[in-house]
Order: sequence, then structure tokens, then C-alpha cells
Amino acid sequence: MRWFWIDRFEEFVSGTYAVSVKTVSLGEEPVFDYSPGFTYYPASLIVEGLAQTGGLLIAQPSDFKKRVVLAKITKSKFHFEAYPGDVLRFRTEVVSMQDNGGIATCTVHVGDRLLCEADLTFAYLDDRFEGVQLFEPDTFCRTLRCLRLFEVGVDQQGNPISIPQHMLDAEIADVERSRSRNVPAG
Amino acid sequence: MPNKDEVFEKVREALVDALGVDDEEVTPDATMVGDLGAESIDFLDIVFKLEKAFDIQIPRDELFPDDILTNAEYVQDGKVTPEGLAKLKERMPFADLTKFEQDPLVQNFGNLLTVQDLCNYVGTKVGVQG
Repeated sequence: MRWFWIDRFEEFVSGTYAVSVKTVSLGEEPVFDYSPGFTYYPASLIVEGLAQTGGLLIAQPSDFKKRVVLAKITKSKFHFEAYPGDVLRFRTEVVSMQDNGGIATCTVHVGDRLLCEADLTFAYLDDRFEGVQLFEPDTFCRTLRCLRLFEVGVDQQGNPISIPQHMLDAEIADVERSRSRNVPAG
Repeated sequence: MPNKDEVFEKVREALVDALGVDDEEVTPDATMVGDLGAESIDFLDIVFKLEKAFDIQIPRDELFPDDILTNAEYVQDGKVTPEGLAKLKERMPFADLTKFEQDPLVQNFGNLLTVQDLCNYVGTKVGVQG
């Protein structure tokens, strides 16, 4: 099972706010298995979707070099349940960026109905976690492309944000590794 | 300009909200870590809430002088040296360091700040009235 709890970004303004969407499907394991006979989308995964939307928003200004983790759900309030077929619209807004993390205030809507309100605190992994890599850079870059982050992402002046060079380098290195593996011996 | 009571009430509100503690637990003498259970990440939230409540900016090194505590010049054998203590006092005039001075182990520093210290700090930022 892939740990993606958003399908794609629709808006992304560097250091400011991001909007992503997720369609709930009956085909997803957690939807079908979580509550047999009464299928709904678990609230914990809604928070995870917000964490992915907000975490990437908070990591992007550092070209995704800062290792961002969800540290605390300061507040979360759910008004109804989401069902298969619902399209969830996640909005996260940065309200504080500090040198050890950031805080985002978040909402989730289904159509024009407010499903969830939450405040999330994100932390940067510090020196105590030296050498800990959360994602392989090439895989991470591929994921961000799949989420269309670079297609919709803009900086605060409205200019498109570019894919960080260290990620492109990692992708190229990965392609070269694959090629060298596929070259027949002799 | 708020008075001391108003500062305390707003600080209390921020701590209740950030730490999920009860109103009555937030007393002036309560330590942030030991009594109120604050973890390092909670301070990020507390700083944000105080900045919002008082419309102030709180640079991290003002409340948490990590640079002193990690500087070999001011720390020897895990203890803050007299020079280090002098530097801490200079940097943190709002904090009561008397207890810490008795056994200035760096590891004890984390549990130093009290609610009153936090109120004093905010007071210096907003120019609190007696």
C-alpha cells in the first residue's frame, strides 16, 4: 500500500498556502477494511492528507532539504464523515515559520461543506537525527511530480517554482544506475 | 499597555491551549517542562501563540539560549561555568536562575523556565505596567 493520502496539488504558493485534493475510493484498503459494513474514510487519514499537504508546503522553501515531520496536532475538529466517492479538498496555510519548524492552519471541504478544521505543528529533524533520510531524493522527486506540485507551484510573486537541482541530479543518477545495470556484460 | 494580570491571563490562555492543561495548573511557579509537561516541540506552538496574543516577535535565542549551552567556552564537564552563568543572566534577565546556579548542570536547564519567567519575558516585550 502506498502512503499517499492526497491525489494531487491544485494550488501551491511557496511559504503561504497549498490546496490539494483526494478522491475517496471504495477500492482503498483502509476504506473497505476500517469499518466493515459501514464504509467511511478514517479521520486519521484525513489528518495524514493535511500533514502531507502542509508538510510539503513547509519543506519547499528549503528546496525540500529540511526534513519535515508532523510533530503535533494542536487542534482537530471533524463535522461529518467522508464516504467513497467524496472529493476532499485540503487547504493548509502557513501561519508561523520558525527556525525549528512551522505551524499550519488547515481545513478540509467536501464541496462547500466544511468537514474538518485543524492546526498542525511541523518540526524539522535536527542534529540528533543526523544521517536519517526520510526519502530517497529521486523517489521523492518522482512523487512530487506525480502530485503535480511543480505544475501548479508558484513563488510569492506568482513565478513558477522549479525543481531543485539536487533532486534533478538524484533523478539523473538513478537513471544512470538503471542503465548501467541493463548493459549486457562483455 | 497591559498590566501584569492581563499578561498572566493571556500567557495562561496560550499555555492551556498549547499544552491541554487545566487553567488551575498554570500557576506562576509552575515549571513549563516538569509541571506542565511541555516538550520541546510545544515551545514552537507556545511561541506562536504568544506572538499572536501580544503582537510581538520572539526570536528563538532570546527564550532558549542554546548557543551558550552548547559553547565549550561556557560549559565544562556538563556544567555551565561561572562565565556561562553570567552570560545566561545577561541574556535572560527575565528568568530566575537562583535554583539553577546551585547545580548548573546543562541537563537541568531544560526545566528552568517557569510560567512567571515567561510572563516576565513577555512583559519586557510589551512594556508591562506594574
